[in-house]
Amino acid sequence: MSGLLAGKRLLVTGVITDASIAFSVAKLAQENGAQVVLTGFGRLSLVERIAKRLPEPAPVIELDVTNPEQLAGLADKVREHVDGLDGVVHSVGFAPQSCLGGGFLDAPWEDVATALHVSTYSYKSLATACLPLMGRGGAVVGLTFDAQLAWPVYDWMGVAKAGLESASRYLALHLGKHGIRSNLVSAGPLRTMAAKSIPGFEQFEDAWVQRAPLGWDLSDQESAARACLALLSDWFPATTGEIVHVDGGFHAVGA
Amino acid sequence: MATRAEITSGLGEILEEVAGVNPDDVAEEKSFTDDLDVDSLSMVEVVVAAEEKFGVKIPDNEVQNLKTVGDAVSYIEANS
Ligand SMILES: NC(=O)c1ccc[n+]([C@@H]2O[C@H](COP(=O)([O-])OP(=O)(O)OC[C@H]3O[C@@H](n4cnc5c(N)ncnc54)[C@H](O)[C@@H]3O)[C@@H](O)[C@H]2O)c1
Repeated sequence: MSGLLAGKRLLVTGVITDASIAFSVAKLAQENGAQVVLTGFGRLSLVERIAKRLPEPAPVIELDVTNPEQLAGLADKVREHVDGLDGVVHSVGFAPQSCLGGGFLDAPWEDVATALHVSTYSYKSLATACLPLMGRGGAVVGLTFDAQLAWPVYDWMGVAKAGLESASRYLALHLGKHGIRSNLVSAGPLRTMAAKSIPGFEQFEDAWVQRAPLGWDLSDQESAARACLALLSDWFPATTGEIVHVDGGFHAVGA
Repeated sequence: MATRAEITSGLGEILEEVAGVNPDDVAEEKSFTDDLDVDSLSMVEVVVAAEEKFGVKIPDNEVQNLKTVGDAVSYIEANS
């Protein structure tokens, strides 16, 4: 087996359609020599249909990242398919409608708590659930949307992403002694299910396409996926707690 | 080449499996959301299943235009 991820065993969360960033990650990972196990949430039948569109078959394990029993059982379920993990991809995010689209001042705590549980705390929960399967050289990679600035309509999801970016640094701190890295890819706007559920998301699509020095393609999930693969590979052996921007360079320019 | 009636009954089978719709309720004039109560994630799965069953590709921007069963039948008829 050859390729960037030859022989690597990966757990990939977050596939729901073939537009999911996670789908591109799983597809490219298989094409580059990795063995992929997926987790699916909610509509398992849909995830299984989409999994059939991958180059090679991939098993799907049910996982709600907020469900303690499913997290506790995850390592054993993964072991039914692979004998360990070299990489884990967190490609999960959710916020109730009240938290998005301009409702920042009125969103109730219960809804904000859900957003933080699914989108922030779960990064740590997923990593610790997989820890028994991982050894030195292992990597955890997550997806963020630049949280250094406040964006129109992104609201509490932006706060959740700021927390995710911090959580990734703390995970880097605490997993360093196990030789495990934690890094994030900060992607520009992409037309996925998650993005389409944000009312007013088009607002920053246009700005991105116009302002990004390299330009920006709203349906190019593969660029973000490639960066995930690179971070999962052996080519970033001394990099952890890092955020790699895959945004056409948008974050680097002012106007 | 499937007839409109065959496509409609194929969609009925998919709607039953994916969204628990009674296949007897499926007719060309029925709206997916208003008449058949198909929510947006179910609709995504209906589309994926229909793509496989009929060997078509239904792009996202097309899905928005498929309001009724008949709209979907016409699209599949024209593109499979
Ligand atoms: N699309 C963008 O513009 C964009 C930009 C930057 C970062 N991101 C991030 O990329 C990641 C993947 O999103 P996407 O854009 O591919 O959209 P997507 O809708 O394809 O994926 C989101 C996934 O989260 C899963 N999910 C939601 N709640 C869950 C739960 N409780 N347990 C387990 N899984 C759950 C969904 O099932 C889905 O598979 C998210 O973290 C998102 O915030 C997206």
